[in-house]
Amino acid sequence: MPQSAEKTLDHAPLFCEPEYRKMLAKKKLKFECPHPDQVVSDQREFTKSWEYREKNLARQALVVNPAKACQPLGAVFAAAGFERTMSFVHGSQGCVAYYRSHLSRHFKEPSSVVSSSMTEDAAVFGGLKNMVDGLANTYKLYNPKMIAVSTTCMAEVIGDDLHGFIENAKSEGSVPRDFDVPFAHTPAFVGSHVDGYDSMVKGVLENFWKGTARSEATASINIIPGFDGFCVGNNRELKRLLDLMQVTYMFIQDASDQFDTPSDGNFRMYDGGTKINDVKAALNAEGTLSLQYYNTRKTLDYCRAVGQATTSFRYPLGVEATDELLMAISDISTREIPEVIRLERGRLIDAMADSQAWLYGKKYAIYGDPDFVYGMARFIMETGGEPTHCLATNGTSAWEDEMKELLASSPFGKNAQVWPGKDLWALRSLLFTEPVDLLIGNSYGKYLERDTGTPLVRLTFPIFDRHHHHRFPLMGYQGGLRLLTAILDKIFDNLDRETMHAGVTDYSYDLTR
Amino acid sequence: MSFKYDNDSDFHAKLIADVLSQYPGKAAKRRSKHLSVATSETDANAISECEVKSNIKSVPGVMTIRGCAYAGSKGVVWGPIKDMVHISHGPVGCGQYSWSQRRNYYVGLTGIDTFVTMQFTSDFQEKDIVFGGDKKLEKVIDEIAELFPLSNGITLQSECPIGLIGDDIEAVARKKAKEHATTVVPVRCEGFRGVSQSLGHHIANDAIRDWVFDKKDIKFDPGPYDVNVIGDYNIGGDAWASRILLEEIGLRVVGNWSGDATLAEVERAPRAALNLIHCYRSMNYISRHMEEKYGIPWMEYNFFGHSQIDASLRNIAEHFGPEIQEKAEKVIAKYQPLVWAVIDKYWQRLSGKRVMLYVGGLRPRHVVTAYEDLGMEIVGTGYEFGHGDDYQRTGHYVKDGTLIYDDVTGYELEKFIEGIRPDLVGSGVKEKYPVQKMGIPFRQMHSWDYSGPYHGYDGFAIFARDMDMAINNPVWGLYDAPWKNDRILAAVAG
Repeated sequence: MPQSAEKTLDHAPLFCEPEYRKMLAKKKLKFECPHPDQVVSDQREFTKSWEYREKNLARQALVVNPAKACQPLGAVFAAAGFERTMSFVHGSQGCVAYYRSHLSRHFKEPSSVVSSSMTEDAAVFGGLKNMVDGLANTYKLYNPKMIAVSTTCMAEVIGDDLHGFIENAKSEGSVPRDFDVPFAHTPAFVGSHVDGYDSMVKGVLENFWKGTARSEATASINIIPGFDGFCVGNNRELKRLLDLMQVTYMFIQDASDQFDTPSDGNFRMYDGGTKINDVKAALNAEGTLSLQYYNTRKTLDYCRAVGQATTSFRYPLGVEATDELLMAISDISTREIPEVIRLERGRLIDAMADSQAWLYGKKYAIYGDPDFVYGMARFIMETGGEPTHCLATNGTSAWEDEMKELLASSPFGKNAQVWPGKDLWALRSLLFTEPVDLLIGNSYGKYLERDTGTPLVRLTFPIFDRHHHHRFPLMGYQGGLRLLTAILDKIFDNLDRETMHAGVTDYSYDLTR
Repeated sequence: MSFKYDNDSDFHAKLIADVLSQYPGKAAKRRSKHLSVATSETDANAISECEVKSNIKSVPGVMTIRGCAYAGSKGVVWGPIKDMVHISHGPVGCGQYSWSQRRNYYVGLTGIDTFVTMQFTSDFQEKDIVFGGDKKLEKVIDEIAELFPLSNGITLQSECPIGLIGDDIEAVARKKAKEHATTVVPVRCEGFRGVSQSLGHHIANDAIRDWVFDKKDIKFDPGPYDVNVIGDYNIGGDAWASRILLEEIGLRVVGNWSGDATLAEVERAPRAALNLIHCYRSMNYISRHMEEKYGIPWMEYNFFGHSQIDASLRNIAEHFGPEIQEKAEKVIAKYQPLVWAVIDKYWQRLSGKRVMLYVGGLRPRHVVTAYEDLGMEIVGTGYEFGHGDDYQRTGHYVKDGTLIYDDVTGYELEKFIEGIRPDLVGSGVKEKYPVQKMGIPFRQMHSWDYSGPYHGYDGFAIFARDMDMAINNPVWGLYDAPWKNDRILAAVAG
């Protein structure tokens, strides 16, 4: 009997004990009807081959391990970035359970979202009744300042008219007539979570800006961060930089406090977020600056339509992207970039120079949202690394073109390949046939790390199996240090692991690196 | 079971009245039927008093914790069957959010002969909604056959749009099963069906009945001590910590449903001598079917906490007669030193601690005695998706005055916790962080908070250790900043 009270074995060591090993071997042999070991190992080898890769990449219908989620998740995340805003997802309730769990598992934080809980009868008769009752209950129980409504695929397939339903609910007194209920249609069978983010932010702006003329522009800059699992660290870091520049700015959609509330005995259902009055005032800003292009296309179109100047970045990571971001802010605001920021920049360059030998020529596979992959590939090239495989399941052909242009701008991008629309099972084949040194992406990459032996650096959403990464910035020069350190740590940890076998490989188990 | 304590009925009744007063009238009326206070075990009416309204629609707009039929079928019943590919048929989200989240442990080569921690989807696009997705589904199945030839079957887990646009996945299943000479099971578990994940369990059970049983010529020699373990999803290895005990008492576990299961284990189930059911809610349907059609009796058991494990082993053994009974006594005796060592170690640290539970299928009642085995008291419990018979069974477990809440809303749960200030809350990931912010220890009782197993004697040791580490963690003493703490300030001022 392996278990004891003194030294309680968790699942990991417990099931390695001989009693359990024997039991599982017997189960397999007698009851599982497994394929013969040789057949399994042959198939395993076959999946590593170029032949399998061809078949795998030729897939037209099946999607395996995609690196994307559906639109409403993005809408729910977007709504979390506004003051006292309750997300209300119109449709089947199971979806909301999934979004809440997904966000909680990444941020290790509460995620408060309600559903209109539509069932079969709503599928037949439409979900108006659910909207009318639901808004009344949400308004009364959760005391929000705003309820942001998005849809699931169910509501979209049956064609529920959100605008009409919300008007109806207001007429029936579910919420006061002047209560803000912005909405966005976010069908799960179109685009991905980044589009849902875009639609919801646009929905909120339209709610406040529609029918209002722009008065004389104020010297303020709107900043839209985009769907960002690192919003907690990133938004705060950018605010610090903007404050150093003494710029007047407004984050439109800022979930950094909502997903980072303190533990002090109180549960704050709402915290932080862009204030409603600030959203209204943001109409008159000098311009709107988006940190992620593919997250905000429709929103930026709308901002331009109301007369704002717009600029968009592609998840600004590393030196040059941060330079450009700060210079753009400086241009719009006519504020100088202060010396302290130049010194910060110099410290990042110093760190990159100190470590450059360990990064030069390293090959990477990067996957995630289109903006993230773009920004990361750019940073990798700054370190002398080669972004060999750049993959975005929700990447379009326009993104592919942009990526190719970026990669062509550096000798380090010469051998890079761009994979729009492909999933992580395709990436598995790519990693076996054209291996790289490091993999950069989210937690789902751990299966690729296990299968192919490629070390994984977790630098985007979602990260379920490591704690607190999102609290540290990736953007700005400070964020650049974090990126650099995360990658270097992985390289050194790996090197240590490979060289630690005593008396065999430990001649390279060096103390000073 | 002899552990005696009562809860404060009057206080709990007042809590219920308080939360209901906050709802709009219509919602208050609907919610009032789901909230109750249990009366004494000795009271003849105990069971009916505990029997709140359940398994009916959630109130819109109130933050129900429930999932959907798809979650019940794919996430619970079918998903853990390891040698089949389970297609999340529809848009990308449902498969993505349920991908690898339930800790259904298994042994096998993922992507080669095993597929549980993968996300297969037909990734519906707008054109599939407009023109229908059957053709695409056929192609998906063909591509699986080519790329994953060692998969032993395929299930089609329908997401919401499939039923709404009227795709004929049954026809696709029949056609492709024939073409590829494999098992293809369509499961109509669209998320809008029913009122929670519960209907998904039922639909999934029916799909086993209709599309798996009696479909192949099974070569298998049944034995007199063959049992199926039904409704154990092997969270953190629960099914393994259970299996080892059943084998030790001389039984042959021919099928583990569905954690670490293969299709073969499901197919052979109708040849077993007895079905042992742990999660009654999710799998009673197929057990009843096997009883009716194949004459296999079924028996509920509970492997949480030593008193229930002892009792369950004795009950199971009684079914098989003296030989197995003798072995069961030996096994119980063998593990007694471990059990008492665990209790000795933790009793002082845990006894008298009050616990609130809110979980899914079986745990709101099954873990009650496991806590009591450590001297802990259950002050409130309820089910996300329980039915009347679950609440009836709960009546046998809970004490007088226990607060009972069905399909509790985020608002109610928060208010109940604030009012009761229990020493521990056991619920899911959505509840974990709000509760911890309030300074109250928490354990995720769906996923064992990434620990486990909790089943069996080996699991009981881990369960006790985990509850101790949650409750007695020094972090709970750090919530108040000392300069905000009047007591400390007064002391400093002298």
